[in-house]
Amino acid sequence: MPKKLLLKHLEVPGIQSLDVYRQQGGYENLKKALSMVPDAITEEVKKSGLRGRGGAGFPTGMKWSFLAKPPGVPRYLVCNADESEPGTFKDRYLMQRIPHLLLEGMIISSFALGANTSYIYIRGELMYVYHILQKAIDECYAAGLLGKNIMGSDYSLHLHVHCGAGAYICGEETALIESLEGKRGNPRIKPPFPAVKGLWGCPTVVNNVETIAAVVPIIEMGGDAYAAIGVGKSTGTKLISASGHINKPGVYEIELGVPVEEFIYSDEYCGGVRNGNKLKAVVAGGSSVPILPGDLILKTTKGEPRLMTYESLADGGFQSGTMLGSGGFIVMDETASIVKNLWNFTRFYHHESCGQCSPCREGTGWMEKILHKILDGHGEMKDIDLLWDIQSKIEGKTICPLGDAAAWPVASAIRHFRYEFEELIKSGGKVNRPAYATHAG
Amino acid sequence: MNVKKEIAFSPEALALVHKLLSRYPDGKQKSALLPILHLAQTEFDGWLSPEVMDYVACLLNIQPVEVYEVASFYSMFNLKPVGKCLIEVCRTGPCWLMGAEDVVKYIEKKLGIKDGQTTPDGMFTLKTVECLASCGTAPMMQIGETYHENLTPEKIDDILGNYEMLNERVTHWDKKHIKA
Repeated sequence: MPKKLLLKHLEVPGIQSLDVYRQQGGYENLKKALSMVPDAITEEVKKSGLRGRGGAGFPTGMKWSFLAKPPGVPRYLVCNADESEPGTFKDRYLMQRIPHLLLEGMIISSFALGANTSYIYIRGELMYVYHILQKAIDECYAAGLLGKNIMGSDYSLHLHVHCGAGAYICGEETALIESLEGKRGNPRIKPPFPAVKGLWGCPTVVNNVETIAAVVPIIEMGGDAYAAIGVGKSTGTKLISASGHINKPGVYEIELGVPVEEFIYSDEYCGGVRNGNKLKAVVAGGSSVPILPGDLILKTTKGEPRLMTYESLADGGFQSGTMLGSGGFIVMDETASIVKNLWNFTRFYHHESCGQCSPCREGTGWMEKILHKILDGHGEMKDIDLLWDIQSKIEGKTICPLGDAAAWPVASAIRHFRYEFEELIKSGGKVNRPAYATHAG
Repeated sequence: MNVKKEIAFSPEALALVHKLLSRYPDGKQKSALLPILHLAQTEFDGWLSPEVMDYVACLLNIQPVEVYEVASFYSMFNLKPVGKCLIEVCRTGPCWLMGAEDVVKYIEKKLGIKDGQTTPDGMFTLKTVECLASCGTAPMMQIGETYHENLTPEKIDDILGNYEMLNERVTHWDKKHIKA
């Protein structure tokens, strides 16, 4: 039975409420944390090897240690609950099912960072989850777990939930901070980094929901024990959102290191491709990461089985690998059209570009139009090279990573499925849902 | 300030506005803009007219343009009137793989409107939106604060039939959450 750290109490009836959460040992880890020196908590998080679960995979303990601590200046912890990466729905699942796990993680992390006011920024569409969190926060205030002198300690914290209003870009941490200040979600130029100048110009740490929730089991078991789970630098457990053409879509907590093949085909997880169809392609870490054909997602070019870890999924670089990203695992069977799916993703990025940087604002629109032209039967062979050219001129040339996120799906689709573009162009757009093998020839 | 007299939050909403404002440090009241605009849509017929935005600017003591530029940036704010029931169908990636296109076509045919249009009786507006973080239960749509998932034509018929029977305005910040 795989180890569950975050979803351990998922099936306990009433776990949404404070009483039931406490019956399961909830807030005992807060009590433990409050008896520790704040820096000792950061030390445990460092030892755990926990990496940001929102998609970037940056070591959390290191991010915390960058936080500037000038005397007399407030510091803030902001939880990024703006989950908007297509294919990702794990944070919503966690917040709506076990809201107090996130709150306990927020209080412990705020204490570690010396923050006395913290915010959870949740995307506006998840308004019903906003109210679930608000109810949980109210319960905490009533029980002395928030407010002044938490659990009789010297520590005081105010925790608020704040709603966005529909903008993918606000998942980028500096755009999120702008949005929390009541502005348009335009990413800021870095440096200065939020750790030095963040919310209202004060030192700020922004962490993903799952990252903050993972701090609770780290305090419970200790950083070393957490680091013992997983493979190499991919430690602990990860929530994977599985969707697309599989038998059992849903959120799965895996120990990092599960083979991709097992994840797709085992009944423990996705339960195989629907209708016994052939696996055509997988987008393994949310829409932004490179798409891989079925054979390359299962095995690296060296013939080694690919594992669900940051390193193994990236094996081969962008030539033959991808990224774990947010863990948004989208599976496509043989009926899927790679080009049409790419057009859909590209339309998404065009819609969500904040418009600050020309390469992203204009380039995403151009790519969407060219893909539409190909699908509409008016494509020319030179369009494939034009697409390649445009994506290469977006990547790395924008303030925030949305540009990269828009470029990588295009580059990887052309790299691995060029024949499918060519077929569509040659047939005047008539081959729309081809049941191709994964490689041409 | 040219604010029409009749535009004002209900006492319950105003109490909530003050509660929201208290969450941010002194002088940073603008931070409450997004939540308050959601409340404004709930209080004022589901959309933000220029007059409503001016009212919110007054409340927060900021320039009207600071409200307009924000309201026009975020996709959940309606700058034109919408039907009592705004149907938001997810059209992205996994939902599209699982038949979002068919869902949109089905609703278009059923209601006789296209994406972005409102039925002549003002009951329904159809809008396609980007990923709503519900990919494991695709295809799906959002109406008010409710996620309707794993859609089939039969389910859509039932859901829309219920809203039609209810015949009330539905908004993201449901009015049941506006309490004193």
